[in-house]
Order: sequence, then structure tokens, then C-alpha cells
Amino acid sequence: MDKVIIAKNLSLSYSNDETIINKATFSINAGSFVFITGTSGSGKSTLLKSLFGALKPKQGSLVVGGVELNSVSNKRLNFLRRHVGIVFQDYKLVKEWTIEKNIMLPLIINGYDKNVANSQVDKLLKHVRLSHQAGKYPKELSGGEQQRVAMARALSHNPILILADEPTGNLDDYSSQLIWNLLEGASEQLNTTIIVVTHNIPQSMSIDYKHFHIEYGSIHEVI
Amino acid sequence: MKSFRNHFSLIIALFSILFSIQVFMIVDRSISAYKQNLAKNYTVIVVSQKKLSKQKFLGINKLISKVDELSADSVIKRLSSGMNNKNIKLLKLSLPKFYKISLFYYPSSKELKSLRKDLLRNKYITKIEDFSFNHDTTYKLLLLFKGVVSVFAIVVLIVTTLLIFKELKIWQYKHNERMSIMGLFGAATWLRSAVLFRLAIVDALISTLLALVTFIYISVSPWILKQFEYIGIKVIIFNNVSDFLILLATATFISMFLVLLIVLGHKEEV
Repeated sequence: MDKVIIAKNLSLSYSNDETIINKATFSINAGSFVFITGTSGSGKSTLLKSLFGALKPKQGSLVVGGVELNSVSNKRLNFLRRHVGIVFQDYKLVKEWTIEKNIMLPLIINGYDKNVANSQVDKLLKHVRLSHQAGKYPKELSGGEQQRVAMARALSHNPILILADEPTGNLDDYSSQLIWNLLEGASEQLNTTIIVVTHNIPQSMSIDYKHFHIEYGSIHEVI
Repeated sequence: MKSFRNHFSLIIALFSILFSIQVFMIVDRSISAYKQNLAKNYTVIVVSQKKLSKQKFLGINKLISKVDELSADSVIKRLSSGMNNKNIKLLKLSLPKFYKISLFYYPSSKELKSLRKDLLRNKYITKIEDFSFNHDTTYKLLLLFKGVVSVFAIVVLIVTTLLIFKELKIWQYKHNERMSIMGLFGAATWLRSAVLFRLAIVDALISTLLALVTFIYISVSPWILKQFEYIGIKVIIFNNVSDFLILLATATFISMFLVLLIVLGHKEEV
């Protein structure tokens, strides 16, 4: 099976300070659904940042989607990011854009035809139950609704990999369930590789998943 | 409202630069026109012991455009009271020849000195009146005026460029989040900063149009036209095509250059 992520002796730290992830070796198969858990400050989000090139490895090697992230050019990094969907804990929606335009962002970047992009956005808005809010701005929505928009944006361009950082962090049950359903759907129907950083794995998961746990800088698989 | 204020400050700063550049161009044109005028009225008087041909004079220095021999009749008329015809003829023969030399353009002090030197090389030329004191004063005044306007234009350029840079820093802060988010989804640098470039181009265009309207108004203002009439010169205050293009190119270059600095200085925030 193809490996989407290959990490060998991977060490991560911020500007030569304390090492957060220490010599981790792991790989993730294409189409897997992976949970990464750990206590606060254990390095879950740091690991996630390294997977889309926002943090370069201090030591070891990290290959994501065939792109070596140790010494990657901006062009190559942009190429990788165009095929990844990211969901942030703080949503990272563009405040001055409507919900519709926010979801359309990866489609614009990937050069989709306008009609195709519009129909894709309409479809996703229905999936996240926000069709009636399409013309609104992020500040006009609740936290749960904003996270659903962020999820729709991450799915819009059918990425090979979705990275989600605490996607249901402070959400109500309804929004949380919607997000898990969307992620499961993407995994099952599109064979998208999904990596979710979370404190708690939902009980309601209906598909197979892998579970990595981070503790004292090292990563181990929970079987 | 806040966005309008941001635009307004950049437009005003760019307009100040364009205004000072155009004022500099008007002053430069006025000085050239005035020099042309001075050249028309400025002549050098040369006294020669022998009659010299026009060709001879033209060969002395490239500045010389025209030579006229001054008639000695008026001098003779004043001196001839009580003289018989024979003596008048003798007087006429003994008088030196006077020439009035016109020049192609109003010369600098250095060029005038060189002309004087060249003329005196001719053994028959004994005296030259070039009115150099008056010439130097006028010429130096023109240079001083041009110098002051140049310094003024440079100071305005520096101050307003710094203001624009500060303004664009505010833009960078404002657009940083959007640029970072776009970067996280793999947008190329040009796409991330497209809004900044678009704003810069629009503001450059607006400021140039503002300058166009201002200078068209100035160029038909009766008061301004009267001032030029007093000096006796005709100057194109604003050429609707070439000046407009110069100002548009300047405004676009400055704003694009500063946006480019901001784009290159952008750091991704995650």
C-alpha cells in the first residue's frame, strides 16, 4: 500500500529550543483514518504543522505525498499544500470574505472552472447545512458553523490528505457529529487520508482507524 | 470608511509626488523658454579694426547664429557738425567696424568666456562688450531657481515615499492574515498578493487622474497664464499625453515597488 507520510527519526522544535518531537519514526498509508492524541503541550499540533511544511524538521526526514519536507522549495511546498485540506482549531477563515468565497479558496488556487467551483461549493454548503448562510461573513456565524465552513473548505478540492487540528474542540454535539460524518464520508467515498489531532476519539466512529499517541516527545501506535 | 482612509492617504501621498514632479517639469520648461527669450534679445557687440565677413564670424565659434554690421552713420552724424565732406569721408574710414552678434541660445558663463576668448584670437577684433555682469546675474538666478525647485521636489519625494511605505505597512498588517491563509492552501506569491497589487494600481491611477485634473485646471487658469504673459514666455503647463504617461508611470512604479517590498517581507503565520 502507498505511504502518504513517511517519517524517519523525525525531531521537531521551535527555533532550536526544547525538542518537542524526538526521533519519531512512523508511516501512514494512503486512505487511512488516523487519530493523534496526547496531553496538552505534548506536540500534537506541532507534528501536524510539520506535515504541511509550516515547521521544518530539526533532524531526520519527513516525506508527505512524495514531497521531501526537509529542504523543500516554495514551489514544491505550494504544490503539496494544493493537495492537502487543513482544518484549524481557530478555523482560519478570511474575515473579509463571505462563507461561499472562503469555501471556494482552494478551488480558486487550484484553478477550477468557475461553474465547477460554484457547483462544488453549493454541494458542500448543503453537506454542512449552511446553504442559507452562503452570503454571510465568518463573524456572523457561531463557532460551530465556522468550523463547518472550515471543514467544507478543506474538502472542496478533493485533497489526498486532510489534516484536522482539534476539529470539534469546542463544538456542540450537532456540529461535532456533522464534522465526524463528513470526515468519515471523505475517507470512505474518496479514499482521502485523514489525520485528526484530538483529545478524545469519538465513540461513534463507524470506520476503521489508526491511533497514534504522543508522550514525552515520542510517538507510538496504540493497538 | 477605514478602508477609504487607507486609500485616501496613499492617493494623497502619491499625488504630492506627482505634483512636485510636474511642478519641476513646468519650472524646467519655463527656464528653457525664458533662456530662449533671453537668447533672442541678447547680443554681443564686437569692435573690429577691419571689415570682417559674416562667414569669418560664423567660423569663430559655434554659438554664433547671426552677425549684423552696425551702421556708423549715427556716430558720424553726431560728430560731423561743421565738418566738410572730405573730413567726414576720412572720419568714416578711420572709424572701426561695429558688429552685433546674435547667438543660437543663451550661453552659460563658461560658454560666454570661451566665446570672448575665440573672438579675441582674431587680430582685428579689439573690443568686445558681452554685458557679462548682467548675463551672469540672470543666469545664476535661473540656476538658483531651478536648484531650489529640484531640492523641494526631492524632499517631497523622500518624505512622501516614507509616508507611502508606512501606509503600505498598515496594508501589510491588514492583509497578512488573508495572505497567510491563502499560503496554507498553496497559493503562489502573486495570487496571495494580488489584492495588494490591485490596490496599488488603482490608487496610482486615481492619483494620476487627480494630478491630470489639477494641472488641466492650472493650465487654463487665467491668473497663471497672465503670470507667464508678464514674463513673456509661452509654456506647456501640462501635456495631456506625454505628461500624463510620465506621471502614471511614476505613480505605478513607486506603488508597485513598495508593494513588492512588502510582499517579499511577508512572513507566514500559522
